[in-house]
Amino acid sequence: MASNGNGNGRTSLGERIAGVGTRIRGSEAWESIFRPGSPMRKGYGDTPRNRSYVIMNNVLYHLHPVKVKRHGVRLSYTLCLGGLSFFLFILLTITGIFLMFYYTPSATQAYPDIASLSTDVAFGQIVRNLHRWGAHLMVITVFLHMTRVFYHGAYKPPREFNWVVGVVLLLLTLLLSFTGYLLPWDQLALWAVTVGTNMGGYAPVFGDQVSFVLLGGLQVGAPTLLRFYVLHVLALPFLIVIFMAVHFWRVRKDGGISGPL
Amino acid sequence: MANVPEHLLRRSAEAKAKATGVPFDQVWAEMTGGAAPAAAAAPAATATATVTTTAPVTATAPVAAAAAPAIPEGVRTQRLLTVVKARAIQQVKKEPTDKVHVWPHLLAVEFVALLVVLALLIVFSIFQDAPLLELANPNAQPNPSKAPWYFLGLQELLSYFDPQIAGVLIPGLGLAGLAIVPFIDRNRSTRPSDRKFAIMMFTFFVVAAAILTIIGSFYRGKGFNFTFPWRDGIFFDL
Ligand code: HEM
Repeated sequence: MASNGNGNGRTSLGERIAGVGTRIRGSEAWESIFRPGSPMRKGYGDTPRNRSYVIMNNVLYHLHPVKVKRHGVRLSYTLCLGGLSFFLFILLTITGIFLMFYYTPSATQAYPDIASLSTDVAFGQIVRNLHRWGAHLMVITVFLHMTRVFYHGAYKPPREFNWVVGVVLLLLTLLLSFTGYLLPWDQLALWAVTVGTNMGGYAPVFGDQVSFVLLGGLQVGAPTLLRFYVLHVLALPFLIVIFMAVHFWRVRKDGGISGPL
Repeated sequence: MANVPEHLLRRSAEAKAKATGVPFDQVWAEMTGGAAPAAAAAPAATATATVTTTAPVTATAPVAAAAAPAIPEGVRTQRLLTVVKARAIQQVKKEPTDKVHVWPHLLAVEFVALLVVLALLIVFSIFQDAPLLELANPNAQPNPSKAPWYFLGLQELLSYFDPQIAGVLIPGLGLAGLAIVPFIDRNRSTRPSDRKFAIMMFTFFVVAAAILTIIGSFYRGKGFNFTFPWRDGIFFDL
């Protein structure tokens, strides 16, 4: 970087910025954040060793091994459906946190809060749309992920238990979607949830008790809204994160993605 | 020497031939100890690991032994580090397989998939607003009242069976049945041609669920009576 080509011996602004960038990337603080082999570090080279370090020295190592079977990266094998379900869950968490800032789970406040998203809140409407369509899409991707796993016979030993964990994840996904459905507190929400919970009330022996606990009363009302809210933003996400962690861990401990057909 | 599957040997021979400029057959002969390529004409990808490990590798053994430097008497070159019991939770048995780096190969694919889905979702959300009907009113039940779409198959069943069966027994058995699939299906093969019955059963249930859901969503109108969506419109919201 000694010469800038115009012969006056002064360094140009671009070169000086590049110099600062290199110095920052070589600094102790920077290197304390990015572990050896990170592409963010000074002097990263695309070598097999560094390619391994990118994963091995990174929090990603909790999700991915350094290498995977060649067929596992082919999009046509997993169609990325499990990964996309996970991504949608992250997206729903982010948009959901945003919505929580503006939402009060009470029978008098909930509906006006949602209605005012489209008028009073910057990006309120589109975030709500993303949350709703993302939720529907997640139900679809989880279901399709399950069918792809079935058709690959990927639930066979040693993956039997991970399939069972998957079934729990499917159930939790449906419950998350269902509890969220009530929160706008409009006619659609109230009656869809009424129809849905009526079915559960027919369970033998404990049916009435179960639906009473779920609804916080004999029918869907203000206590139901609060219960579904707590389930939707706290209890169910907590459970699904735990089951996802086990699920991902087992994918790796069971020998990575199942073999080619 | 470990049993290296033939397609991996072939891949490395090809790479070596390309790098050194030596003809492939010659490199192959060196690597396999003179054995002619077992299936030179067949594409490597069709060879399965179990079938191909035998031929070239048995040929390798004597040559490898001869080429290795002689070990002086009494010098131990190996020792036992540990004995790992079989049937541990981890897969401890390791055979050479064809692997690629997660970075960049897998992460790049995942990232692109993520961006595509995000872009589609944003575009859809710009053009289609989430529904918001009137304020909830417990005294004004809409006609028809429908559950969320993924339960409409069950709601459809309610019009054929007793609620105890359609609302409790069938979903309960369905979920339990799904969970014990791996323990019912004792067939170890993953080849579709070996699993015709399993595939048939699963497809039957998936298609049945899809048909029920579609009928419940599109073909049920006022009073949950049968309608045609093109005649009377659609009676459900997402
Ligand atoms: C919230 C829902 C779920 C998430 C986020 C999720 C995520 C994942 C991911 C990321 C993988 C790695 C491979 C791939 O992407 O296909 C995977 C594999 C797997 N999943 Fe799921 N999954 C979910 C639900 C399910 C369900 C409902 C089932 C089955 C009932 C299931 C069964 C399995 C099995 C058996 C594997 C191993 C597949 C193989 O080795 O080829 N998962 N999951």
